[in-house]
Amino acid sequence: MLVVTPLDTIVRLLPVFAIVLLTGRGDPVRVWIALGITGLLILLGAIRWLTTRYRITADRVELHKGWLNRQRTSVPRDRIRTVDLTAKLVHRIFGLSVVRVSAAAGSHAGLHQLDLDAVDTAEAEGLRRELLALPVPAPDGSAEAPAPAAPPAEELARLDPSWVRYAPLTVSSLAGIGLVLGAVWRLFDDLGVDPRDVPTVDTAADRLAEAPVWVGTAVVGVVLLVIAVVGSVLLFIERWWNYRLTREADGTLRVRRGLLTRRSLSVSGRRLRGVLVSEPLLLRAGRGAQARAVSTGLAEDTHGGALQPPAPRAEAGRVAAVVLHEDPSMIVGAPLRRHPRAALTRRLTRVLGSAVGLIAAAWLVAALLPGLAWLGPVSLALLPIALLLGLDRYRSLGHALTARYLVARQGSLHRRTVALQRTGVIGWTFRQSVFQRRAGLVTVQAVTAAGDGGYRVLDIAAADGAALADATTPDLLDPVHHTHRGVSASGGGYRTGPG
Amino acid sequence: MQTALPLRPPAHQVNPRAIRWWQLRAVVALILLTVPQLSALVVLADSAPGWLVGTTIATAVTVAGYALIVPPILFRIHRWEVTDQAVYTLSGLLVREWRIAPISRVQTVDTEHGPLQQLLRLASVTVTTASARGPVKINGLAAADAAELARMLTETTQATPGDAT
Repeated sequence: MLVVTPLDTIVRLLPVFAIVLLTGRGDPVRVWIALGITGLLILLGAIRWLTTRYRITADRVELHKGWLNRQRTSVPRDRIRTVDLTAKLVHRIFGLSVVRVSAAAGSHAGLHQLDLDAVDTAEAEGLRRELLALPVPAPDGSAEAPAPAAPPAEELARLDPSWVRYAPLTVSSLAGIGLVLGAVWRLFDDLGVDPRDVPTVDTAADRLAEAPVWVGTAVVGVVLLVIAVVGSVLLFIERWWNYRLTREADGTLRVRRGLLTRRSLSVSGRRLRGVLVSEPLLLRAGRGAQARAVSTGLAEDTHGGALQPPAPRAEAGRVAAVVLHEDPSMIVGAPLRRHPRAALTRRLTRVLGSAVGLIAAAWLVAALLPGLAWLGPVSLALLPIALLLGLDRYRSLGHALTARYLVARQGSLHRRTVALQRTGVIGWTFRQSVFQRRAGLVTVQAVTAAGDGGYRVLDIAAADGAALADATTPDLLDPVHHTHRGVSASGGGYRTGPG
Repeated sequence: MQTALPLRPPAHQVNPRAIRWWQLRAVVALILLTVPQLSALVVLADSAPGWLVGTTIATAVTVAGYALIVPPILFRIHRWEVTDQAVYTLSGLLVREWRIAPISRVQTVDTEHGPLQQLLRLASVTVTTASARGPVKINGLAAADAAELARMLTETTQATPGDAT
């Protein structure tokens, strides 16, 4: 860390230095300023290094840091959920890693986080194993069986380079536009060049201004598309280079990836409560999907616990299955029950209602501003789009209850299929609006400590909703479920127990 | 088609003083919403736009009507119960919400007395589980009942081993 922190800061400040030195044309004062800043950074880094200590005791991980403002963080080891290793380029040059320890907070449903910045990579590896190894009793003794003993680090998946074709189909393509444009912008900015001064750019801009509007739009569109594709491919490579998903001997799932910044995410097998298969619209259109871990104590910035890069749908199903030791048809691949027709009506009224609102607003704007008169007719295109969206949202709806998992699917722009361990359900919320009550529907949310904290089954028939919850956690709803002796004695058509 | 959720309502109603509490909250909202409009009317005097009188009256009538009609309905809807297994509540007006949290997974029990609640000797009890989406809140309990409930739940929770995830 003695080297890494100042170096990291210096790298980030390089553009500033470049500007200071270049624009100064050898002005000695500016050189001294740059040297002074560097010296100060090295001094601050040294102070940080001297004042930072970590300690691992039998039951706590403690981190003391700060000089004037002393800060002590301590995390109880039995609450540690995940241990992530990250190594940025600078860290990697010196063989160091950042160890991030995440733990469930004791009193409130939040996260404790503790970063051990710049630990020797080999030591970090040892720490990861040590911190995750501590046996924790399962909540009620029967919640989970320990993962069967596997040979050391069984490999579950690795990168197939052809998956890069899915990169442009994810939101990272938008991030890619930002990345490329940002880099180009900074380059111009740092060099102190106005793009309009570059002759070719200037003439191109003039030509474009003279051409008809649709040509201009098309050219800009194509350019953005190319940038998006290139940027997202670059991002994909940076993020997923050398991706490997393994299961360690102690049952811990481990995702390792990254080209410049090496990342390692470890999810303790005991903490895993299920898998979410995420299919944003474009990715779904390309028959791709991505599996994510639903685990307690996953930090926000771990890409939602991504277990794999965007990959073919079959691969996502396979990864979900091997991760959970289940047959695909018992988890996210389970045949899903459709929701009642009333749910279709509700989806349609909701999207069409919004569309009609937007169209009315568009006509209003068109009436008030004659220059935007085209806005009204153009907005009518929203109607068929809304119709398709509503139909697809209904088509996505589905749920199933298998031996050990509750499976639910929803969403169109971002379709999500979640398989949640039935033993991981720690409560229920039923919501019913006036409209839902009239349509005989209810939205059931299975509350869990993992992932988002709750997963919804949208617009299920009211009787089915209660029966589904009752069948998932039989003990919990017994006393309050009206028709328990009647309909759901047979589980309301849901199997109530394992097997 | 069966439209109601086939769950029986929780056993207990909240304290009848909760009606007063909901009404007082509406009065506070009434003051917050009308006072700025009234002061604008007074300050601007003759030059005040005509619609301002209209919105002021409309606000006052709406909020006053809400204060008269809605709290008794809320009182009829809001119910709670603690069984051997779970904390169970029903709340909401336009959107009904049934919440069930198993006692074995309860992590914290918080009792809260807001200023209006103190005035009416009421309290809210919030039962939090390990989930970020799971808190079960019971509003409008008599302060003594809330303290007793919190004590009982805390005792039960401490008797349960594990970290309740």
